[in-house]
Amino acid sequence: MRLLKQQIERKDGSGFAVLLPEEPEDMWHAYNLIQPTDTLRARAIRRVSKTSDAGSTASQRIALDLSITVTSTDFDIASGQLHVAGRVVSENEHVKLGSHHTLDLELNRKFTLEKGEGWDSVAVEMLREACDTEKRAELWAVVMGEGIANICLITEHQTILRQRVEVAVPRKRKGDIGGHDKGMNRFYATVLSTLLRHLDLSSSSSTPSSSADKTIPLLLASPGFVATAFLAHIKAEATRTTNKPLMTLLPTILVAHSSSPHVHSLSEVLASPAITAKLSDTKYARETALMDRFLMLMRQDDARAWYGPREVERAVAKGAVGRGGGVLLISNALFRAQNVKERRRWVGLVERVKEVEGGEVRVLSSLHESGKRLEALGNVAAILTYPVEDLDESDDEGEEIRNAGGVNGAEEMII
Amino acid sequence: MPPKSGHQRAKNIDYDDDELYSDEDEYYEEGGEEEGISEADKQQMAAATIKVKEALGGSLKPTDAEIQEALWHYYYDVAKSVSYLKNKYAPKAPSKPKQPQKPASRFDQAASAAGTGTTDGPSKQKAIPKKSAADKLAESLDKVQVEETPKIKSKNLNVVEEFAKSGLKRMANFVVIGHVDHGKSTLMGRLLYDLKVIDQRSVDKLKKEAESIGKDSFALAWVMDQTSEERSRGVTVDIATNNFETDTTRFTILDAPGHRDFIPNMIAGASMADFAVLVIDASTNSFESGLKGQTKEHALLVRSMGVQRLIVAVNKMDTVNWSQRRFGEISEQMTAFFVAASFSPKQITFVPCAGKEGDNVTKRVDQSQAEWYTGPTLVEALDMCEPAKRPVEKPLRLTISDVFRGGITNPVSISGRIDAGTLQIGDTILAMPSNEKATIKAIEINDEPVDWAVAGQIPTLHLQDIDPVHLRLGDIACDPRNPVRLVKSFTCKILAFEHVLPSSVDVFRGRLQAEGRIIRLSSTLNKTTGEVIKKKPRIIKPAEVARVVVELERELPLEHGVRIVLRERGSTVAAGLLEG
Repeated sequence: MRLLKQQIERKDGSGFAVLLPEEPEDMWHAYNLIQPTDTLRARAIRRVSKTSDAGSTASQRIALDLSITVTSTDFDIASGQLHVAGRVVSENEHVKLGSHHTLDLELNRKFTLEKGEGWDSVAVEMLREACDTEKRAELWAVVMGEGIANICLITEHQTILRQRVEVAVPRKRKGDIGGHDKGMNRFYATVLSTLLRHLDLSSSSSTPSSSADKTIPLLLASPGFVATAFLAHIKAEATRTTNKPLMTLLPTILVAHSSSPHVHSLSEVLASPAITAKLSDTKYARETALMDRFLMLMRQDDARAWYGPREVERAVAKGAVGRGGGVLLISNALFRAQNVKERRRWVGLVERVKEVEGGEVRVLSSLHESGKRLEALGNVAAILTYPVEDLDESDDEGEEIRNAGGVNGAEEMII
Repeated sequence: MPPKSGHQRAKNIDYDDDELYSDEDEYYEEGGEEEGISEADKQQMAAATIKVKEALGGSLKPTDAEIQEALWHYYYDVAKSVSYLKNKYAPKAPSKPKQPQKPASRFDQAASAAGTGTTDGPSKQKAIPKKSAADKLAESLDKVQVEETPKIKSKNLNVVEEFAKSGLKRMANFVVIGHVDHGKSTLMGRLLYDLKVIDQRSVDKLKKEAESIGKDSFALAWVMDQTSEERSRGVTVDIATNNFETDTTRFTILDAPGHRDFIPNMIAGASMADFAVLVIDASTNSFESGLKGQTKEHALLVRSMGVQRLIVAVNKMDTVNWSQRRFGEISEQMTAFFVAASFSPKQITFVPCAGKEGDNVTKRVDQSQAEWYTGPTLVEALDMCEPAKRPVEKPLRLTISDVFRGGITNPVSISGRIDAGTLQIGDTILAMPSNEKATIKAIEINDEPVDWAVAGQIPTLHLQDIDPVHLRLGDIACDPRNPVRLVKSFTCKILAFEHVLPSSVDVFRGRLQAEGRIIRLSSTLNKTTGEVIKKKPRIIKPAEVARVVVELERELPLEHGVRIVLRERGSTVAAGLLEG
């Protein structure tokens, strides 16, 4: 995203920013930035109907700049489209004040954003991150198993499941060995053709300037030998059809081990040493490593790891998420809260940790696997500087009923 | 009805058709005002009303209300309603000659079942006295339906009775589990070879092939490992099934893969088994590395899949010179572990053997070092196992573990274990979650064609009237009248193997493998009494029993009481029992 103009008052956060989204991922940033109550000005196409004096109506579509107060946002992950609904705040000859309009933000069309509640620290940080022009890591990944493959695109801030391929592969049967092998070959062929459609190799090779600096690496991951066999299939297919673009892709292919053919095992793939060596600087890998550290502390039953909104807020209140190792993990889903009060609650928490306590704050993308893991834990977690016990004790105490008596070997277990 | 000319009759038919549709409309209007009838009921009623009208033909003209009343009493059973109405309006309806019975003839079965006193309400008094006539008329109805679904003939057996009568040998399925390279496949290959299921010539051929790629010790394992990948890599990837018979029992072997990547396949195998054979490598270090590896995980898994009976085959005894001390040491360690995993010690048998040489598999060892052992051989130990009870009376549930092309005449075939109920040729089954019906064209058990199958067996069903895209591994084939409910989230009681936190998990049920998320840890429970120890724990530690809520990515057919396994990042986190 390009920042064309910025006028933000440091003190009260008033002001505006003019932004130009350039690639699909920028829509995701815009989605995170734009909040209800914000004022958004962008190019819009509106159908205007006029009633002539004679009573006949004529309607026409006109392109015009509209300013709206945002009431809701809607983001389509798969297509990367962002629709912002709101009410018009600046009247002009075609559109009345207060009428509703939904702006569809488009690539390479600038928009102006003014924060209704002012630019808070989280918003400013997001803006900085969105306009970060340093080269971003991108990665295609195919997580596969026998008869199932998930084709994903991993970018700096998103993991997008592009397509799931499912092909019925007969299992091995006594006396019928051909069925399985044939089925697997059919499966590989389907996955490859689907993958090539998504990679769109031909278009990148037609413009040599872009292809030179932009071959997106491809990662194949599977339990067992499926990924290896698939790589062999790609190689064989590339040689057989003398597909040049595919040949050039071959050296960038990485093969890794995953424990399941599902998308969520990507987190484990990307945490594996072989892959982190190649992708160590991506946000994704950093986030994954952090989540792993948190979960490890959890497993050790260390009272320094806590999750859940209430528990984390209590820990912060106690000053336990501060200098010297305190880390607050928070999903950006919380900042997208439609409720202003809710958002303020989390922004306040972040500001307190950052500015008062001196701890570290990591905002995880809810579209990444690490963010999804955090989501399962209630969207917020913290690693404390010192152990704090019993943060989870609820107000209605005395609920705990400790049953004495260990397991008696003779008795049947309930499961 | 007065005689008519052809032209008039044609008109009349047209009129009938119109009436049919308009009736349906009328019905909907009426139905809207009625209370206590669900939308599904209405549809069923409308469909059934049309069928009844067709069946009655032009000879009788009862009102819609009467038809619907009859249907209501007979729970939408078209055949019975028709016979009732015919009897009511034309007591002397001519009985038609007996016809071979067709798919729909289950109605008949149901009618006879109903006649023996399962229905309640006013229908009972009317139905019983006219039963013989009703049967005949039901058959005539079947004849009407012949035109709609040709080909498959149901023998219309009472499978439960047939099963009791058949005096079949006991049937048992067992799964072979253990750490990778502990010799599961080889042991089973040896067993089949010694029992003459595999002939000398095939084994010689395998030996030659194995030698040619320098893996001669794998020859017997190749009896089970048949795909090119399994052979070249020397590990079992997927479940292999094979059958053999002893004097008392017909066994089905489910040879599970030991490698940790293929535990999903092993779970699929274990879910089909009545009992398990755990293979342990007795040689130095192997046993110990297996303990850290899959030996324990497999044992815990089969236990949590509901397998109670375990035979521990202490394999490769030849490498330790049939040392009694080593055998004792292994038995002791394992027994301690099994008891902790709440196996009953009575249900565990330890058998020393050597798979590659075939000692103590089917015949006793004739070596002097092994004289200390007087217990049963592996086959004898297998023979002593009581197979599990078969819930034949319950509605049909079959977990599809394979979908394939059974040949040119059988384009769609499935196989899987019948978890409950019975089926026979001509039955209609409903595949869930696709909600598509299919008709059973033929049934095979152990490669022999049969007319019926009961719970506990693993048949191959050749289907028709269904597209294979509607059948996926792990789907449930069930009785259309008693379909499985689809669930999106469920509560289950779990036994934790690892630390459990709310997170993404893979949910396994037999061959079914799905993405899901543990969304809530409700409480930890007392292991034996099931009492709540702590509400909303922040983490569940290994070996604790807890209640959690799992949400699935998509709706799946899971019922109360099924056993599931939760895995995360390649290790089993928990196994559990669905509560609803």
